[in-house]
Amino acid sequence: MADITTSLNEAPPGWIRRNRQTLAPVLFLLPGVLFFLFYVIFPILQSFNLSFYRWDGLGEPVYVGMENYAELLDDRAFEVSMWNNAKWLLLYLLAIPAGLGIALFLNQNVVGIRLYKSLFFFPFVISQVVVGLVFSWFYDPTFGFLNQILGFFGLGTLNVLGDPTLVTYGIIVAGLWPQTAYCMILYLTGLNAVDPEQVEAARLDGAKGFKMLWYVIIPQLRPATFIAFVVTIIGALRSFDLISIMTNGGPFGSSRVLSFYMFEKALSEYGFRMGYGAAIAVVLFLIMLLFIAYFLWSMYQEEKGGR
Amino acid sequence: MFPRPIEKSSPAWAATYQALVPMALILWLLPLIAVAVFSIKPDVDFTTGNYWGWPSAFKGFENYGKVFFASDMPRYLLNSVLITVPTVIGAVALSCMTGFALGVYKFRGNLLLFFMFVAGNFVPFQILMVPVRDLTLDMGLYNTKLGLVLFHVAFQTGFCTLFMRNFIRALPFELIEAARVEGVAEWRIFWFVVLPLMKPAIAALSVLIFTFIWNDYFWAVVLTQGAESQPVTAGITSFNAQYRAAYHLMSAGSIVAALPPVAMFFLMQRHFIAGLTLGAVK
Repeated sequence: MADITTSLNEAPPGWIRRNRQTLAPVLFLLPGVLFFLFYVIFPILQSFNLSFYRWDGLGEPVYVGMENYAELLDDRAFEVSMWNNAKWLLLYLLAIPAGLGIALFLNQNVVGIRLYKSLFFFPFVISQVVVGLVFSWFYDPTFGFLNQILGFFGLGTLNVLGDPTLVTYGIIVAGLWPQTAYCMILYLTGLNAVDPEQVEAARLDGAKGFKMLWYVIIPQLRPATFIAFVVTIIGALRSFDLISIMTNGGPFGSSRVLSFYMFEKALSEYGFRMGYGAAIAVVLFLIMLLFIAYFLWSMYQEEKGGR
Repeated sequence: MFPRPIEKSSPAWAATYQALVPMALILWLLPLIAVAVFSIKPDVDFTTGNYWGWPSAFKGFENYGKVFFASDMPRYLLNSVLITVPTVIGAVALSCMTGFALGVYKFRGNLLLFFMFVAGNFVPFQILMVPVRDLTLDMGLYNTKLGLVLFHVAFQTGFCTLFMRNFIRALPFELIEAARVEGVAEWRIFWFVVLPLMKPAIAALSVLIFTFIWNDYFWAVVLTQGAESQPVTAGITSFNAQYRAAYHLMSAGSIVAALPPVAMFFLMQRHFIAGLTLGAVK
């Protein structure tokens, strides 16, 4: 702040005065933009570049062209990660209807409802590291609560996190817990802004229950749904913490997703294959880019209407 | 209001609803309640198999005492504070300025720059990982709190700019124009006209960024190692490795690690929700 004001004061006043409208935004933007370019935009380009090299992080990088990408095509672990990413993307979206359901359930004016709403939101505030820990105890085959319940009904035991076919679903359920809370709060705010006159008018026309929800309420919740969709997609593709805490990618790598597999290849005991890791990251980035482009396009449509 | 207000329906349903809400809440928070109960249990409960029953004795003071006085936990907590607070200040300060520039001035490339911030904020962390780690190593900041803070500030500036810019756009533009007609310098308009109006946005962003950074695990693992600079999210995993199968201590540690954002949320609830739901209504 200080250097902006002094530089404005020291330069010749006439010139400053004339160019005020161009100069001010440049100075205000400069620190933020430089920082962002340095730490976010350039690294993206560097990762693209690095994906054409073989590099262990220490010696000289060796240019290998498309070799890393060619290797990805035959990599079974990469394929598994891709499939798991697809599962995450699809199943994570359940957080949106679930959040809407809880929001509808809680959208009342009874005593203490404010406190209930914030307590329902709780899971989102705590760290995913803790969520992962709690859920891995919940699933534990020897003492986990899940198996206590199954045992009570005489259904035997289930080792969710040790079973290659179940493990990803088990972790997604853990992830859905905070994500549903997030969607719920979005919808609670959205429901608050629903036009009461429209609701009353629809009621007079005999609309109620599911019909009312579908034709009157949900269209008005569009902005909330859009944000819920954005944060859920991003959350699904960013999933890393839970996998790292709950299974560390196992058993036999069956719960890896691209973000975790990339980390494993580039920065863990499995070897420092930075170039190969970068290639995985590029694939993940391109998947994300599809969604980012869609988000930006939606925002652009909004902007055109604005000032 | 939808659904139909409960007080307008039958008293029987209203009473059922009143009972249903706390039951649903307990079910929803069961995992957390379990950890809270774990954290006050004596260790014999775990060896005798009393995992989910009532604690056989109250050992809360002993368990939390161990976490605070016989482990690296206080160290990790302090690190987390020293990483989180400067990040909040840095990111909010930078984005007040970028948000102001993008929200108030019309120039070519305005929307492009804005979209750069927005897009950057959605990018997967992994595409940044290797270069950022390298950059941090080259600057001699690997395994320092400063290294983490600088990156967090830069990355969070993306989200904060999105937030601030939209907030400033919604302010009455006539205020700024009136000041300009009066011949007030641009930086004075920023400082004396716009900034005071941005207080709610600053509060909302601060609590949000605090929570995001406090709960960050990925970058903590990538950019730091060891108790001297690791924040509590990464520290809790080494804490857990140290106390493997000591569920009462792991629970107490987890609760301590999770508490600051929870406290922040309860203290600043209104701001927090305003921040999260920005744009959820028109």
